[in-house]
Amino acid sequence: MIDLHLTKPLQTAHGPALLDVRLTVAAGELTAIYGASGAGKTTLLRLLAGLSRPASGHLRVGEEVWYDQARGIWLPPQRRSIGFVFQDYALFPNMTVRQNLEFALPDTSGKALVDELLELMDLGELARQRPQQLSGGQQQRVALARALARQPRVLLLDEPLAALDVPTRLRLQAALAAAHQRFQLTTLLVSHDYAEITRLATRAVELDGGRVVRDGVPAVVLPVANATPGFRLTGTVVAAVPSATGQTLQVRVGEEVIRVEVDATTPYQPGDMLVLTGSVQRGR
Amino acid sequence: MSDFAQTLLLTAKLATLTTLLLLLLGVPLAYWLAYARFRGKAVVEALVSLPLVLPPTVIGFYLLLAFSADSGVGRFLVHTLGLELNFTFGGILIGSLVYSLPFMVQPVQAALHNLPHSLREAAYTLGKSRLTTLWRVLLPNIRPALLSASVLTFAHTVGEFGVVLMIGGNIPGQTRVASIAIYDAAESLDYARANHYALVLVGLSFAGLLLLAAFTKRSASRLL
Repeated sequence: MIDLHLTKPLQTAHGPALLDVRLTVAAGELTAIYGASGAGKTTLLRLLAGLSRPASGHLRVGEEVWYDQARGIWLPPQRRSIGFVFQDYALFPNMTVRQNLEFALPDTSGKALVDELLELMDLGELARQRPQQLSGGQQQRVALARALARQPRVLLLDEPLAALDVPTRLRLQAALAAAHQRFQLTTLLVSHDYAEITRLATRAVELDGGRVVRDGVPAVVLPVANATPGFRLTGTVVAAVPSATGQTLQVRVGEEVIRVEVDATTPYQPGDMLVLTGSVQRGR
Repeated sequence: MSDFAQTLLLTAKLATLTTLLLLLLGVPLAYWLAYARFRGKAVVEALVSLPLVLPPTVIGFYLLLAFSADSGVGRFLVHTLGLELNFTFGGILIGSLVYSLPFMVQPVQAALHNLPHSLREAAYTLGKSRLTTLWRVLLPNIRPALLSASVLTFAHTVGEFGVVLMIGGNIPGQTRVASIAIYDAAESLDYARANHYALVLVGLSFAGLLLLAAFTKRSASRLL
């Protein structure tokens, strides 16, 4: 469980503001932080990680005190059990993918964990490559795997998926959900993408001008300003059979499986992700 | 050993020792200047860069004063530590360290400063100490800068004249390095001898730059 009250002066586009956030996060929860740029989202993550020093307040994680102004306690990042995934990935260019993960191990006994993470993030083939040879999505998976190799209690993700195209994002969201489950993490995710928040998070917290302005279940608190008359569903192809006009697909969307007819210009295979869009017609 | 070989060997010894010692001293100094924020940092940076703009004879002159038993520092060096530095190899080594300091510190400091800050922060969040981070993450990623700083320091030390002449003089096997020997030979109209030294220096400098270019190209292609 994380219990925090942190303050820190912010420099925003509208002049100086004060970050002043109180939050209690249950162990194992995946909480999304969203809000306009300059609202203090990244600053909050950096304060949690110990990369910046708060002006005042306290921060407790489980039984450990990471920061307490009154008692003069401030743990440096090295002594906090965190995995931090940076916006620019921050992979070490002088190490291979495997070496990046091994570097993160708390001791040398974790080789099996490295293999498991390479497998989980689908990086087995790339283990001997250097980060600069990888695509953005691949680098992102390495960054996530490296953060997990540290075996942290708290996982902090700073808009990790923002720069990726839609199919890559979807795969990574799946990987992230799997990792969150597998390692029993308490996760804070900064995101701008409401669909992503709804899919991954059990709780969404909006920051504005350094303060919490909304907090609750994503489906309820997220704004619906950009509601469209149509729909947009993201699904996974579970079966694809040729038909007279192209292919007949069975697409899983959440709990449902939908049958879809598509032309055969780019044949689909089971496992492919696709986005269904359309509009709702009034029945007679 | 011939006078010629002795002089070249002494030059190589001075430049090698200067480069190695400056790697040991200059890298921590560059690290400190690249990342620390403190009052008076501009003053420290100006001091480090001072040898770039000062006439070498000025540096040599003040070191000569500092090393002589007439000054406070010199008295301490001579009487307490028993270090006689004027007109000795130790003296010109210290002179070279001062004179070449910015050639080591500036490129390394710039390279460290230009690395993405997130690399350092990522290593910290992975539980790595500052020293481990420097050794395993930062230095390997600025290898080209370390190499070119070392080559420049070496070459600059080989080429120094004013500082060595002021504090070292021209003692064969002790303080007579190649640049002094060239001056000495030319003074006494022995142009053939001056030419031998000069040709060796031109050849070595050229080869050094070619090697540096080859190495930087290789490590750049590995890192980028």
